[in-house]
Amino acid sequence: MSEYILEMNHITKAFSGVKALDDVNLKVEKGEIHALCGENGAGKSTLMNVLSGVYPHGTYDGDVVYKGEVCNFHNLKDSEGKGIVIIHQELALSPLLSVAENVFLGNEQLKFKGVIDWTKTRQRATEMLAKVGLENEDVNVPVSSLGVGKQQLIEIAKAMAKKVELLILDEPTASLNDEESKNLLDIMLELKAQGITCIIISHKLNEIEYVADSVTIIRDGKSIETIKKGVDDFTEDRIIKGMVGRELTNRYPVREGVEIGDVIFEVKNWNAFHPDDPDRQVLKDINIQVRAGEVVGLAGLMGAGRTEFAMSVFGHSYGQKISGQVFMHGKEVKMNTVKQAIENKLAYVSEDRKGNGLVLIGDIKENMVLAARPQYFSNKGVINGSEEILAAQEYKEKINVKATSIEQVVGSLSGGNQQKVVLAKWMLTQPDVLILDEPTRGIDVGAKYEIYCVINDLAKAGKAVIVISSEMPEIIGTCDRTYVINEGEIAGELSKGEITQEGIMQKIMAHNRRGEI
Amino acid sequence: MEKKKTVNLDMKQYGMFLALVAIYIIFALLTGGKNLSPANINNLVMQNGYVVILAVGMLLCVLTGNIDLGVGSVVAVCGSAAGIILVDYKMNMWVAIIVALLIGLLTGIFAGIFIAYLGIPPFVVTLATMLMGRGLTYTMLQAQTKGPLPENFVFIGAGFLPTIKVPYGDGTLDLVSIAVAIVATVLVILSEIKTLATKKKYGFALTPVWQAAIKDAILLFIIWFFFFKLACWNGIPFVLLIMAVLVVIYAFVTDKTVAGRQIYALGGNRKAAQLSGIDTKKVFFWVYVNMGVLSALAGIVLAARNASATPKAGDGFEMDAIASCYIGGAAVAGGAGTIVGAVVGAFVMGILNNGMSLYGWTTDIQKIVKGLVLLGAVTVDVLSKRKKG
Repeated sequence: MSEYILEMNHITKAFSGVKALDDVNLKVEKGEIHALCGENGAGKSTLMNVLSGVYPHGTYDGDVVYKGEVCNFHNLKDSEGKGIVIIHQELALSPLLSVAENVFLGNEQLKFKGVIDWTKTRQRATEMLAKVGLENEDVNVPVSSLGVGKQQLIEIAKAMAKKVELLILDEPTASLNDEESKNLLDIMLELKAQGITCIIISHKLNEIEYVADSVTIIRDGKSIETIKKGVDDFTEDRIIKGMVGRELTNRYPVREGVEIGDVIFEVKNWNAFHPDDPDRQVLKDINIQVRAGEVVGLAGLMGAGRTEFAMSVFGHSYGQKISGQVFMHGKEVKMNTVKQAIENKLAYVSEDRKGNGLVLIGDIKENMVLAARPQYFSNKGVINGSEEILAAQEYKEKINVKATSIEQVVGSLSGGNQQKVVLAKWMLTQPDVLILDEPTRGIDVGAKYEIYCVINDLAKAGKAVIVISSEMPEIIGTCDRTYVINEGEIAGELSKGEITQEGIMQKIMAHNRRGEI
Repeated sequence: MEKKKTVNLDMKQYGMFLALVAIYIIFALLTGGKNLSPANINNLVMQNGYVVILAVGMLLCVLTGNIDLGVGSVVAVCGSAAGIILVDYKMNMWVAIIVALLIGLLTGIFAGIFIAYLGIPPFVVTLATMLMGRGLTYTMLQAQTKGPLPENFVFIGAGFLPTIKVPYGDGTLDLVSIAVAIVATVLVILSEIKTLATKKKYGFALTPVWQAAIKDAILLFIIWFFFFKLACWNGIPFVLLIMAVLVVIYAFVTDKTVAGRQIYALGGNRKAAQLSGIDTKKVFFWVYVNMGVLSALAGIVLAARNASATPKAGDGFEMDAIASCYIGGAAVAGGAGTIVGAVVGAFVMGILNNGMSLYGWTTDIQKIVKGLVLLGAVTVDVLSKRKKG
């Protein structure tokens, strides 16, 4: 048996009487990649906050034993001093500062007390970046000029600069595309080769299967089991079984009894240019059509232009110099503003529910009725309050929003329930066509299933549904047909039987090579 | 049988109200009851009329997550325009009122265009209108006070509604004020019954009866105390009518209309509001136009009360209005706050001013205390939210 670098024994942590963690045990071997799995709200982040000292020693019960000694961390600085660094889902980078400065943020390279040594900072930042595969990056550019994938790597470089021994990554690939994710996971394997121990929290089980040596499953604040690669059954299905406590045989509910009707939504020759650069064409001659009762995917890599396409159609919310035609039920309609788009029965559920979808300080009811209010819940500008309450309550039941009442503040809900509130908001506008942009990003397996059920119900009700997703299995599992978008163009179209990961990737590759022939 | 849900009154909602009463009582003790006199109650209303008017408009700006620094100067510009029309041109009172309101409207449109359609930060735009407005006022009045203003104009700021006086004790009692108090009592009780019915209908958690009863009893006591004192003096000041009408209209607009809720949605999350079909530029524009018009109204009331237009009029009013909103529980980041809260906030400031003056503290000391109260109120607000989160 190898040596444990970290043992968390019988950890119990309560918030105003409610146990978020109940007798949790976690043992991490030195030099391994240890995954932490569980549904949202299971207690993974709380456990990591106990470990890193965000919840100081004394506010929880149990022991944290690190490298053989019991640790009493009082804050992040304490744990970082011991070489434990946590990288959160929301990146802790200061976007306008340079890469080099960010790498040494809070850990500055000094000439003497309080005075920064810029030469050393740049030089050492370059070294650190090399360790995470960013050898050729200019350390003087602001962080905001880099993509999310690279920013994530800069976070790791920042951890390396702190002489990390135990690196904790909370949902590191949540906002990365497949290629960037793969790159990040390979960097993790490289770090492992250098002797750094990693704990990774992720919902993407295929990634865990690829990178982790063992998995500890947490459910409802309790540690359920630890599964080891090479010893136990180490498959996605096995992990899911542990997470939900039962076998989830089908992650995608079957859609039955849906009659696919006529084409009700059509976009022709759609072009748009970048909002900051009128010469940069982002979308080129996109043509799509969707039938009533049909669920159509927009597959592609991150940055392919899918969200840009959806938003530019939805009331010109993105881009400039937009041209093209939109047809609803065969009739051309104008959608120059969001209001017109809503009136023409188009709905767009944004990929960024916190940033673009919800008023987090508002309650469930206010959020649900926000878009539908002018049309359905008011008379000459005066709100019909009781109608709103009835509608909000109906939808809370209908799509199973878990909350004490419709007066609960949305910011206090879990990601899955927030997503349901956004869905309800757009269903209340009584659309014929819904564009769902990354509808299940960052939410747990159970809530995902419920969202898919809602998609099926929408299709059954004769709506046309467009699903944008970077998770290919999701496109495969939910869509009747999919368009593949690459570099702002339609790279191809796949019918139900043809949708496979390989099929989608082949279309993208073929499209990338189009100029070479 | 389903268990009946009950929920305690949200003390935070009424905390400011209780603070208002507490401050009043403290000063009643300190000043030996001087601030309880009918004349003083009347003063409180007249002195704070324009602050309440400004606070109502300012709340909308605060809801968007911004402020308007220019209101004090707009008050001065509009007041001096009215003064010049009345004194130099000897024109009709209505001309003066309409011109003043139009000037307010124009300043609002001016600020609104820069803020909403050119995307200039409101802080900068209104800092500019503040400087420009003050300079304009001095230029218009040539740094002189314009007065006295005619009787009928002064009525707006210092007049009273018709009264029916009957002898009472050493003086008289106005039956109109008493009638208003009776109507208010009926309204309070009716609204409590309606709230209860709505909550039952939709199965919402009910407030325990004793808590609702205490709340209403305190409210009714304040109403009767207030109107009784006014009845003992000269009846209901015209300014109180203006305030009441504004509060009712704006409370309705912010709570029950699509346009009003759009301001909250915009303040809570601008992008989400945009993607929900809200024309956020339009909302911004009208919020600042509205502020301009209300500033003009406050300018008219102030000039009328002073019976003159002075170049220093309205100096620092923007700060009183902003402080009223924050003391009344509005969120600094926008998206949360109520009209009633802002009005209570304005009266907290007013009662403090009034009490400290009666107690003999100088305006210098008063500023220190007001600053501390503002800081304290917002600190309590922020800390109590943090505990919940």
